This record gives sequence, structure tokens and C-alpha cells, in this order.
Amino acid sequence: MIRAQDTTVARQAIGLSAPAVVVDGLVKVYGATRAVDGLSFAVAPGEVFALLGPNGAGKTTTIEILEGYRAPDAGSVRVLGLDPIREARRLKLRMGVMLQADGVQPMLTPREVLRLYAAFFPDPLDPEELLDRVGLRAAARTRCRRLSGGQKRRLALALAIVGRPALVFLDEPTTGMDPQARLATWEIVRELRDDGTTVILTTHLLDEAERLADRVVIIDHGRLVALGTPQELTCATELGAVRLLASPGLPIAALAGLPGVRAAREVEPGSYAIEAIPAELPAALAAITAWLRDAGVTLRELRVGEGSLEELFLRLTGREE
Amino acid sequence: MSDRALLLRSIGAQTRAELLLTARRGENILITLIVPVALLVFFTALGVPGLTTDRPVDFLLPGMLALAIIANGMVSLGIATAYERYYGVLKRLGASPLPRGGLLIAKALAVLALEIAQVVVLVVIAATVYGWRPAGAPLVALLLVALGTVAFAGIGLAMAGALRAEATLAGANALYLFFLIISGAVLPLDRLPGPLAALARLSPAAALTEALRAALTVDVAFPLSALLVLAAWAVGALVVAARTFRWE
Repeated sequence: MIRAQDTTVARQAIGLSAPAVVVDGLVKVYGATRAVDGLSFAVAPGEVFALLGPNGAGKTTTIEILEGYRAPDAGSVRVLGLDPIREARRLKLRMGVMLQADGVQPMLTPREVLRLYAAFFPDPLDPEELLDRVGLRAAARTRCRRLSGGQKRRLALALAIVGRPALVFLDEPTTGMDPQARLATWEIVRELRDDGTTVILTTHLLDEAERLADRVVIIDHGRLVALGTPQELTCATELGAVRLLASPGLPIAALAGLPGVRAAREVEPGSYAIEAIPAELPAALAAITAWLRDAGVTLRELRVGEGSLEELFLRLTGREE
Repeated sequence: MSDRALLLRSIGAQTRAELLLTARRGENILITLIVPVALLVFFTALGVPGLTTDRPVDFLLPGMLALAIIANGMVSLGIATAYERYYGVLKRLGASPLPRGGLLIAKALAVLALEIAQVVVLVVIAATVYGWRPAGAPLVALLLVALGTVAFAGIGLAMAGALRAEATLAGANALYLFFLIISGAVLPLDRLPGPLAALARLSPAAALTEALRAALTVDVAFPLSALLVLAAWAVGALVVAARTFRWE
């Protein structure tokens, strides 16, 4: 949820009441592939906004266009009211990024890398405090090539926020982190939001999006398939969603043809997503279980109305992330 | 803080990082400093085959200076840049406020600092141990050092841009050895087989060596053709480097 107070702080910080990010009809083509295909959304100042989608959905391409790495083939983007390519330096002074590859110099130490990046900004955070905040105090004098994957990730996160940015891009921030570092990272994202910083993140982890994001956009094949708060999105799936774990290769057509059932799909071997007509859910469940009994199928799990982002994600994209 | 002051601070910080990295890459020190010094000592003691002058150091020092420049610009800068791209360091810097030009200035300053160290070490050893004295036109020699640096840094960056990191590593080292043989740095060009010598004269390595040697010798006509060859390589390498350069 966007809290009014945060939004005001963020708006004062960037001196605008305009959205922090506007993506309008964005298209990016690689060869025969439309990596981003007519994508439009806007992110409010102070919002934590998550991009969800399977691999190859166009999340990273979209973020890298916003960061100024590549130009759109059609459509336009504005970031903090600026053009990411033509007004690059002005934007980069107010933006922080955490890429999928950490990009830290293997022969320098975390302290040296943090001090280097701090020198690029007019009013940076204290590198020593930041080392404590991301839990790298003990590794401050270790060459980066000797850091673990999770430690490098935390250093990349510190680099993203050292310049006190108004907007932070986090591309798969907790990938490769242990659970403890993941929790610490979530805490930092919440602190950023409390300070009025806009955060745009991509993630593989649906619970990460559910816990952190004010709003979530689900992208598939470069197109927007759903946009809303996690609550709004999960409400849409709550009624009539049935999840079934049984033996693989059941006849989908037979399942879909049962009374009260609208559609059925095997999302991965042995895992079935069944969409029932909400008003006829009890009848549909009775028909499903009766059918399973008659077919002699072993039932491992049957869930109704899970209402998680995962359910929606699977239904919309038909793929496990 | 004004943007100008911030830019200067950014470039200063990046330069400091580049100098730290130069000092920490042990294999760099080996190929940029130790190898040229070792070759100078070795061939001064052994004598250069087919050389008529009685002071081999006059022949060898310009060659070792050329070799030091090749190692610094092509091998060291080229390989380091290729691996910085491989590790995503360049891409990450591309999202920072440090402008591309600022990064290039920082890298150029680090190359220059190493080069000053190389020239000082070689000249001091040649002067104190072998009694070498500046002759000819040392200022012209310094200009040639600068032009050679541009040419070989351009070749290194072009390789880093066009090839994978591993290929740049192998290619730059192989080319270094090849240039050592055909540059005339230790082996006079007229000792090479005719066709190879003709080809060698078109290489930037032989051009730099020949021009440096002429500039540091009294009463030798300056080889304009060598200067032209070197200048052509400098321009060509920079154009290719600018065209192939990638952040990621």
C-alpha cells in the first residue's frame, strides 16, 4: 500500500508530483523476438514496485531501458522526469542500481569499492556505516574475488544505495543470498520505502513480491498480464481456484469437462490448476474427487482458494518461475 | 558541491582505484617491468648477434622502452579491460554517475603512471649500470613514447572490445612475444628473413623501436616512414577500439 506520508516525502525529494517512472507503449525487439511488446505502467514516488514474470518475460530488458543501458525501439520512458539516455548524468546522480551481475572489481575490497562509488555522489552515505548495515564488516578488507555469492550480492546492494538515491532498481536482489541475508535485504528495502525512496525490483520469489511490494506487475512475453496490489491480485484468484497434485498425465479434457469446472491445465507433471465456477465450487469438488476415485488416481494434495500470487502467476503465465 | 568539483572527485577516486589495481596485478608487474629489465640485462651481458657497435645498451634501451610500452598499453590495459567487462565491472560503472570520458581519463592516468615508472627504471639501470647517456633528441623520444602508448593502448582496447576475455588474454600475450621477435628490439631487423623483415617494418612494434632508436642516436636521419606507420596504427587502433568498445 502507498502511504500518503511517504508519497509526500518522495514528492518533496524529487520536487515533482509526477510519477517516478512512466513506461508508455514500450517496445524492444531483438532479432525476431519482441522482448518487450507494448508495455505501459507508471510507478508513484515512494512506491515499492515489483516486476514479476518467467525467465525471458522482458523484466530485465525493461529495467535496463529505464537505467539507460539501451534505447527503446518504440514507445517512451521517463525516469524521475528525465530521459535515461539524453539526461544520463542527471539521472544517475539520483538513481541506484543493483544488476543481476554484481560487477564488483575482484581485486578490490568491499571497503575500497564502496568508497569509490561514494565519491561519485555529492552527499553519499558513510561507507563504514553501510558496511555494518549490509553485514560486511568482517569482510571489509577481503578482496572481492574471495567473497561468497551472497556477500557480493550484499555489496552490490550497498553500492545501489550509497548515493542516497531517490529511485533504486534491484534486479533479482536476493538471488544467491542465504535466508538471513534475504531477511536483512527485505529490511533494507522497507527502510528505503520509509525514507520515501522509490524501489523497482524484479524477483523470482513470489513471496518476496507479496511481502515487499506495494504493487506488482506481472509480465509475460513482454506484455503486461496483471497489475495491482498483491491483495487485489490474489483476490482475483481466490474464488474457484483448485490446485491438485496427483499422478502426471491425467486426461485434461475429462477434468475440464466435469460439472462446475471452467478450465483445467497441467502446469507441470503431476500438478494441475483447475478453475471452477465460484458459485458451483462444492459441486465441482465433488465431481473432481468422484472422478479421481473412479479413475483410481492417487490424490496427493487438493487445495481450494489458496489465493496466493503463485496461483495467479501460474494461471496467467502457465509456467513455474 | 559544484558538478565540476564532483566530476573531479569522481575521476580522482577512479584513478586511485586504477592505480591500486595496477599495483596489485602481479603478473602485470612481471610483464611490464621485470621482463624488459631482464632482457636489457641479459642481452647487454650476452651481446646482440650481428651488432657492430661496441655498446649494446645504445641498441637495446630503445627496444626495451618500446617493449615496455607494448606490455603496458596492449597486454596490461587490454587484458584488464577485457576481464573488467567479463566480470560486469564496466557495466556496473556504466550505471554510476562517472561519465565514460572520466573512466577513460582515469585509465589513461594509470597507464601513464606505470609508464613513468617503466621509463625511469629502464633509463636509470641503463645509465648507472651500463653508462648510457641521453643522446640525439630525448624530447622527440618522449613524443614517440606518447604516440606509441596511444597506438598500443588502442590495440589493447580494440582486442578487449572485439574478443572474449580469454581470447584477449591469449592473443595479447602471443602478440607480445611475436612483437618481441619482429620489433628489432633485441634482434636487428636485417637479421630476419627478407619477407619477414618487410612485414615487420609495417608493424607498430618495429616502427616504434626504429623511431625511438633513431631519436636517441646522434647523426641518424629520422625515419619518417616509421613515424607514419606508427601514426597510422595509432589512428586505426583508436577507431577500431571506439567502434568495438562495449560496456557488457
